[in-house]
Amino acid sequence: MTDWIARHPDLVFAVVKIVLCLFLLLTAVAYLTWFERKLIAHIQSRWGPHRVGPHGLLQPLADGLKNLFKEDIIPAGVTSRFVYLLAPFLAVSLSLLAVAVIPFGPEPVEILGARTGLHIADINIGLLFVLAVTSLGVYAVALAGWSSNSKYSLLGGLRSTAQMVSYEIALTLSVIGVLLLAGTLSLREIVEAQAGHWSGVVPRWFIFPQFVAFLCFFISGVAETNRAPFDLPEAETELVAGFHTEYSSMKFAMFFMAEYAHMIVTSLVASLLFFGGWLSPFPATEFWSITRYLPVVLAAALGGVLLVDVLRQRTGWHRLIMAAVGLGLLAVAGLLATQETLLALAQGPFWLLGKTAVFLFVFVWTRATLPRFRYDQLMAFGWKFLVPLAVLNIVVTSFLVAWRAG
Amino acid sequence: MPAETVLFFVFGGLAVLGALNLVLQRHPIHSALSLILVMAALAALYLLLGAEFIAAIQVIVYAGAIMVLFVFVIMLLNAGEEERTSMSRAARYVGLPVAGLLLAEVGYLLYRAWPEGAVVEADKFLGRTGPIGRLLFTDFALPFELTSVLILIAVLGAVVLAKKEL
Amino acid sequence: MVPLSYYLVLSAILFGLGVVGFLLKRSVITIFMSIELMLNAVNLAFVAFSYHWQALSGQVFVFFVIVVAAAEAAVGLAIIILVFRTRASLNVERVNLMKW
Repeated sequence: MTDWIARHPDLVFAVVKIVLCLFLLLTAVAYLTWFERKLIAHIQSRWGPHRVGPHGLLQPLADGLKNLFKEDIIPAGVTSRFVYLLAPFLAVSLSLLAVAVIPFGPEPVEILGARTGLHIADINIGLLFVLAVTSLGVYAVALAGWSSNSKYSLLGGLRSTAQMVSYEIALTLSVIGVLLLAGTLSLREIVEAQAGHWSGVVPRWFIFPQFVAFLCFFISGVAETNRAPFDLPEAETELVAGFHTEYSSMKFAMFFMAEYAHMIVTSLVASLLFFGGWLSPFPATEFWSITRYLPVVLAAALGGVLLVDVLRQRTGWHRLIMAAVGLGLLAVAGLLATQETLLALAQGPFWLLGKTAVFLFVFVWTRATLPRFRYDQLMAFGWKFLVPLAVLNIVVTSFLVAWRAG
Repeated sequence: MPAETVLFFVFGGLAVLGALNLVLQRHPIHSALSLILVMAALAALYLLLGAEFIAAIQVIVYAGAIMVLFVFVIMLLNAGEEERTSMSRAARYVGLPVAGLLLAEVGYLLYRAWPEGAVVEADKFLGRTGPIGRLLFTDFALPFELTSVLILIAVLGAVVLAKKEL
Repeated sequence: MVPLSYYLVLSAILFGLGVVGFLLKRSVITIFMSIELMLNAVNLAFVAFSYHWQALSGQVFVFFVIVVAAAEAAVGLAIIILVFRTRASLNVERVNLMKW
């Protein structure tokens, strides 16, 4: 058995990485729901979930159990049960699939004597793969809306499909500017093209030359994931619940998970393409090398805050959970501070996940702040503003690239 | 058995099953889903043949946009199941066997034409995006521009045809 | 280690199934989808030969075929919508006003 593992290291590494990635992604999706509810609540001057576990931290677990035990309904007149059951499955699997090409860290690392990169697969067409998975995600919505045998679902599905297809064009066009500057479609090489600093101070991230493209990409990304302010097709006050009206319990939870996973993937891709991915914003000189300890400082600070928070909790279980999490974070901080290899390993993912967290915050913030678009305003904005803007960006960028090249 | 052969048979089998399902299903939406399966399997086969850019384009454009259009129209027109009539006896007893015979003959002739040495190996990656792009803008620049005009005409035509009132 | 002829036979099978669907089905949309299946089969043959002769122009041609198929699908589906509006049916046998 161990002999077989030693002879096929790539396969074993791939399986281990896939399992780890899926586990982390699903946990992140669950706690993103908690984060969204807490943040929107605090923006709206209320508390959000705060009963189930300390600060409502066990709320996702409670929601998951609730959805698992709810009655599983299939409406009466569905023309095709297969299509009805296929739609949520397609939504979740496609959203989770896009993580396969995301690189989390720089060079190959040595684990137990074998070298492997911090990604599941590094393919030449990584960017096209992410776009392809986004394109296929439209089917989940279309099939869900159609197969539910309900007027609200059908209208929500049709509108949502049209919206996603329209903003997909703006998404693809806005990414071409980055492609022109990086010269490659591989996500790892796009990040590596952003290495270095201009005059030693400003990092060479693509956000600076491609600011317009970033705005286009982010707005299209928000529209692609059917998030506010583009969530007309699934808003509660508009079309009951749009394309997932007739879905209950676990199938509804799968649509929910798919939407949040898609949000996470969009944030990851935005960080990779425009904000330097795993690259640190600080220059790599001797003076700034102290910033390598930033993960340690943050983990220790968070652990300390949680430990102090133990005193504010009321029940024994809550105090126990907060103390355990706080001590765990302090242990992680200590481990990182002492083990050099672990600290070097943690640098890349730390920066990438930090930037992704900022984007997720922006996603939730816009949902709490902005009113939603009407459907015709939404389509007009996509076709008449974003697509011409993205094309203009391509023209200007290619002109400048050709001029600079000689 | 090397991995490429297994993958070829898996994806080739999926493609044939999808195509059979397209012909055998009665409701257009099931046929559309089978066609999407065929296109995805073909994209995997293109990857086995080293054409990575074409595989990505097949999924993004063909399976991700054209078939969405088909599904959209099926949803819009509320296409129902086809009526069930049985095949004529001529079709069942003469047509299908002759079709099978023709297919076997074509397969045999193709196999005879490239018997040895014409083998597809997976590590000769051929279709990188850069060289294809260069070809599109140098040798094939004229067809490229013509197809862009063609798409423009198609968009205009589709909008004019499908409008309710001009 | 797959012989080239396997790819060509697969392409022939898919093309044949496309022809069968084109001739036997009654719904206009399914007939149109059989046409797309035929185009896909031809694309597979093109890419297989592009590999065999190590020439990229095969793949460039596949690119053009996909683009033309997109244009044709858009216009064809618009026509199907018009036919549905006038004849209220997607059955090709009902579009028979010009038969004697």
